[in-house]
Amino acid sequence: MATPNDDTPGGTMSTSTTTAQIRVLIAKPGLDGHDRGAKVVARALRDGGCEVIYTGIRQTPEMIAEAALQEDVDVVGLSILSGAHLELFPRVVEEMKKRGVDDVLLFCGGIIPEEDTAALTKLGFKAVFRPGTNTQDIVKFVYDNVKK
Amino acid sequence: MDDLVQRFLSGERRALARIISRVENGTPEGRDYVRALFPHSGKTHIIGVTGGAGSGKSTLTGALAGEYRKRGKTVGIVAVDPSSPFTKGAILGDRIRMQDLALDPGVYMRSMAGRGALGGLAPSIADVVAVMDAFGFDYVLIETIGAGQDEVEIAGTAMTTILVNNPGTGDDIQALKAGIIEIADILVVNKADHPAADILVSQLQALLALSPAGSRRPKILKTTATKGEGLEALADAIAEHYEYLDESGQLAKHREEDARHQVLSITRQIVLERIRAATPDEELEALVKRVAARELDPHSAAEDLAASVLI
Repeated sequence: MATPNDDTPGGTMSTSTTTAQIRVLIAKPGLDGHDRGAKVVARALRDGGCEVIYTGIRQTPEMIAEAALQEDVDVVGLSILSGAHLELFPRVVEEMKKRGVDDVLLFCGGIIPEEDTAALTKLGFKAVFRPGTNTQDIVKFVYDNVKK
Repeated sequence: MDDLVQRFLSGERRALARIISRVENGTPEGRDYVRALFPHSGKTHIIGVTGGAGSGKSTLTGALAGEYRKRGKTVGIVAVDPSSPFTKGAILGDRIRMQDLALDPGVYMRSMAGRGALGGLAPSIADVVAVMDAFGFDYVLIETIGAGQDEVEIAGTAMTTILVNNPGTGDDIQALKAGIIEIADILVVNKADHPAADILVSQLQALLALSPAGSRRPKILKTTATKGEGLEALADAIAEHYEYLDESGQLAKHREEDARHQVLSITRQIVLERIRAATPDEELEALVKRVAARELDPHSAAEDLAASVLI
């Protein structure tokens, strides 16, 4: 029988209310019609012990930045398939900065060509995950890089 | 800390968000924020929205906030979703149903994980609601985790509790049972465009007809939250309920009940933490093993543990 246990990166089943789970916003800017990948990543992070705020498809940069502010997340992961990442991601980052949200861990994933990695790194994205990524690598990346 | 409190008091939403995180994590620093801000709370109408998973709580909460915005009021929303008992992770998806409010400067929406608390709430919900109250919202809406038959704790924190029901989900025996239905101040039949909506309304009416004479009977209202229908009447019924609470003296009583509950539950927590801190892990493990092996009963084991601190 499966029982809740302590063997997870998320913490222990203590009775104390003093806990700090990592809060992650997974968001999809732009007009992508499906969000399979984003949901798989959200689920993997959930299973890794994170509290994942998922906002659904067709978010504007302003909506994503506002959600990051209100939810006070530690991590923002953007997913995109449409090819508009160099158009939309800078606007998300700009909108977050405008709101004073400048200390979160940023990563992104989706259909993003290798040659765009440098531009995204410059924007502040610490990692770009492409199709075929092992979800455990994403969980590990979050735990290794989050500022807590 | 003072700087963040100053920014909070001047209405900065980022400061509100930051403070909620600290309060939610239950750290000593978080408790200091509650101490600093508690005197500013006590002005907000706190409204609970509860009901089964998929009953439309999030959509209804969003639509109700929209109705308040039309009336020029500001709204804070706390929406709770369940944590995994295994990994402590959670998917918090209530924002998806509240997209219309995403950029409204008069609305602040916060997702919270249940973190193992009972009653469809989160362990620090009362503190987080007090902080949102102190921020000065006209209304704070608390949306619970999908509730079943017995998650009645919301009525302790919320002044007005709305129970969201759906047509086609059970016969009138369900409505007759004790539990969650008894804490509702307003009964909403959501998804009222469903063919069986009127049957549910009449079942609920028949049930309420059996209430003791002289007791206040909750209003039954039909809404179709996805289309924004019935929200005006709901907001009016909530206002009417608040007026009743205020005039009948129930509001003052509610505040006292809530205060008593909070003081006792925090005390319980402090005592437990002291006992845990005073007990070496090996000692606890040894007791646990003896209980599991049926050499000791759990009551005696707990008394052993408590004795180390309390005597």
